Parts: sequence; structure tokens; C-alpha cells
Amino acid sequence: MDPYAALIQPFVEFGFMRRALVACLALSLGCGPVGVLLVLRRMSLVGDALSHAVLPGAAIGFMIAGLSLVVMSVGGFLAGLAVAVLSGLVARVTPQREDASFAAFYLISLAFGVLIVSTRGSNVDLMHVLFGTILAVDDASLLLVVSIATLTMMVMAVIGRGLIVECFDPGFLRAVGGPGAILHLAFLVLVVMNLVAGFHALGTLMAVGMMMLPAAAARFWAGQVAPLAATSSAIAFAAGYGGLLLSYHASLPSGPAIILVAGGAYIVSVSAGPRGSLLTRFLPRRHLEA
Amino acid sequence: MGDGVAAMTAVFSLNDVTLGYDRHPAVHHLTGSFLAGSLTAVVGPNGSGKSTLLKGLIGLLSPLDGRLERNGLRQRDIAYLPQQAEIDRSFPISVMETVLLGHWRTIGLFRPVTRALRRQAEEALVAVGLDGFGRRPIVSLSAGQFQRVLFARMLLQDCPVILLDEPFTAIDAKTTADLLAVVTRWYGERRTVIAALHDLDQVRENFPDTLLISREPIAWGSTAEVLRAEHLFQARQMAEAWDDRAEICRRSVV
Repeated sequence: MDPYAALIQPFVEFGFMRRALVACLALSLGCGPVGVLLVLRRMSLVGDALSHAVLPGAAIGFMIAGLSLVVMSVGGFLAGLAVAVLSGLVARVTPQREDASFAAFYLISLAFGVLIVSTRGSNVDLMHVLFGTILAVDDASLLLVVSIATLTMMVMAVIGRGLIVECFDPGFLRAVGGPGAILHLAFLVLVVMNLVAGFHALGTLMAVGMMMLPAAAARFWAGQVAPLAATSSAIAFAAGYGGLLLSYHASLPSGPAIILVAGGAYIVSVSAGPRGSLLTRFLPRRHLEA
Repeated sequence: MGDGVAAMTAVFSLNDVTLGYDRHPAVHHLTGSFLAGSLTAVVGPNGSGKSTLLKGLIGLLSPLDGRLERNGLRQRDIAYLPQQAEIDRSFPISVMETVLLGHWRTIGLFRPVTRALRRQAEEALVAVGLDGFGRRPIVSLSAGQFQRVLFARMLLQDCPVILLDEPFTAIDAKTTADLLAVVTRWYGERRTVIAALHDLDQVRENFPDTLLISREPIAWGSTAEVLRAEHLFQARQMAEAWDDRAEICRRSVV
């Protein structure tokens, strides 16, 4: 198979592949910076929790309106946001730690979701909600994903400084009277929004993979926040492209293929990235003079 | 802050203030005031309520009882260096960016960092002995160097009132001397500085006023008067006590 047929032809030939690729690009632009901030805040697993929390909302949406993009998205967004806000509130006003607080609320939410899906939906629907259908992305879904990516980048550009300070030294922000709680909330809204965008393409279970794997991999390549975010987006898009090709040529489901390629990128980064990887640890370069 | 009468105004007035956690007092019935432009050391054994008092002054903790007045001081007029800052020392941020946060009052969330502001930050770094460290990531700094960075940030905050909670713990002699020079400079600029400290010689040498507490206030006034042997003995006698079944304090029910 020549390189053209292997790497480019599927996208030229099939509209659904092109749409999927555009969806991947939008997802990576939105998820890159959000994922990096989650990692920096030591909230990597909170992303996971929130991705599960989206389920009951999407399921209720499905009950009300069938496979309707808008209703399921709004439902998922509201459910995710409810869990995020309740957990954040409990963590801020009681001594409960944030991670425990998130675990409690997302488990409640997830149980509701499974309950609803298993009593009202067929197994095929459950598979759709859990695993997504990036190869069946229609115009409306594409528009949603692209809008969310655009909004995410704009909000990040506006409140980026605040988010970084809130993450780096929350006590200082409080002391100078900065709006810490509002920034935190805005950030959680962004996380939930991007998970909702991801869940159409990849399903609730894997939406968070597109967010966390590239972000976790990026720290082996870049040192400061902006380069970290750019690296993370680049890895995410590369994983989307590679995963789509893999799923096309090997007739594999696209969602897991994309996440597995991102996982491969993570393992390569851990092993051979220029910053703190296994390679730099076991093959150290000579030390400097000062 | 001016001279004469203005210099005698109180920055913080405490009237029978009790501060604590879960109804248990950590600072018990404290009355007095911190005057504008004063340099006061808060001294006492571990668990004597020094940190609690500072948290009360800045407003992180509301008094359980009594009245604490800030006399028109706004939150942003107070710079506060906590004992254990919630700072993530592994965060990917440079020394310069950290110091520039001291300009928060000017730049806030959205306004740009101008060249003049950046030059002030460089001057602050020079003042704390970190000339040329601007581009270093903070993860590469030692504990002493990082404390210098935090002092540089407070220099830029330019606040009339500065609260320091054990700023020289685990810091070597050279760094302590350099940072004490910064404190003395603040005092010379007629700022109000209140610092929780352990080293009594350091207090005698550098701090005109001292408040000695051991949950209960023991003495408050000029350092020579306060740090007398009988006061220090008294402070050591007060136990660190947490009694789960403590009775309701009668003194406040008068």
C-alpha cells in the first residue's frame, strides 16, 4: 500500500472520515488546554469522574427525545455541571477533600445513569452513549463540537491568567481579593463542556481519554503552561488522525482506536520524551558547569 | 500614614478578641491594638496561637467572640505571608512571573504587564538578592531562594500592612539577614509589619515591639519590657491544651 492510499486517501474518498477528522481537530483544540490545567491542578481523575457524571443527563435526554443531539447534550451538560458544582461546594465549605467529594457525587450520578439506560433503553443505545460514534458525526454534532472548541479557546484566552494563579497559589489569590471561586467554577464548566463535546464522538467512557492522555504526555515534552497546552493539543490531534486511520484500515471501532493511539503516544512520551522521561533517567547527559 | 497624631492611629484594634477552631479558643481574650507604622513581633511557644492571630487579623478567621476592627483597612491593603503557603512549588512558572503577581492590584485578571511593571519586578529581585534569577523555573529554587521570591512579590504588593507568619523558619542565616533587611526597610517606610517569630535574639535586635502570647496574652509592649524572664517563664507554663469536654468560657458571659 503506498503512503497516499494509507494516509490520505481515506479522507479524500469518504465524507464521514473527513467529518470525523474535523471533529478530532476541534476536540483536540478544546481538550488540550483544559486537560493540561486539570493535570496541573492534580485533578486528572476528576475529569474521569465528570465524564461518568454526564451519563444520567444524557440518558434522561435520550428518554425524553430519543437520539436527539441537542437534548442529550444539554442533559449531559446539566448533569455534569450539577456534580461539579455540588462537589466543589462541599469541598469549599466543609473539610471534605475535593477528590472524595467528586467521587461521592459522580458515583451517585453514574448509578442513576446506568439505572435509567438499563430500564428504558436497548443495549444498542447504551453502547452508543457509552462508546460514541465519531464516524457518524452529522452536521449538527460537528457544529456543536466546533462551537465548544471555539468557546473554550476564547474563555481560556480571557481568564487564563486567573486560572493559572488560582491553580498555582490559591491562598495568594484569596488574599488579594481575586475571584477564586468564580474562576474555579468557570473552569469546571469548561471541563464539562468539553466532555460533552467528546462524548458525542467518543462516548462518555472515552471522552476523558482525549483530554487526559495528551495532557499527561505533554509534560515530558514542554515546561511552561502555554507550550504544554499546545503540545497537548498537537498530540490529541495526532492521536485522532492516527486512530481514525487505524480504525479504517483494521476495521476497528474508532473511539477505542483513537484513545489507544493517544495511549501509545503517552507511553512513547514517558519512555523517550526530552523532559524527565525514562530515557533521560537511565541515559543521563553529562552535568553542566553551573 | 503620616507623622504625629496620624502615626498613632491603630491599624488593628482588638477588644477582648477570642479566635479559635470549632469553638475551642486558640487566642483567648486578647485586647490591644497594633499602631500604624509599628514593627511588632508576635512571640510564643508552638501552639500558642500566633498563626491563628495573624489569620484573624487578615480576616481568614472570624473571631469567636469580641471585636476586631480593621479601621478602614481593605483586604488588598494587607500583604500576608502564610507559614505554609498553599503554593504548588512544582508548578511550571518562572521566578519573574511569580514576582509579577505582586502587581495584582494593578494588572488584575485582564490588564497587561507593562515594561515599567516588569522593571519594578526586576528591581525587587535585586533587592532580595536574586538578581538574574527571573527566567528560572521556581521548581529549581531552594527553600531560602523561594522565600526571597515571596518577599520580592510582597515588595511589589506595596501594602501599608504586612503580616509574616514565621518567615524565617528553615531559612539559613544569610538569607534571614537579607530578608530582615527588607523588613527593616518596610519599617523605615512607615509600613505596619507584624511577624510571628521564634528566635528571641532576632526579636530583641530587630523588633521594637513584641506581643507575647501563649493562648492567653501574657505581655504586649516594648520588646525589652515584654521579653523578661518572668514573662517567658509564664509563657512556658501554659500547656497546649485541647479539652473535648471544655466548659463554656465564663469570662465572655459577663
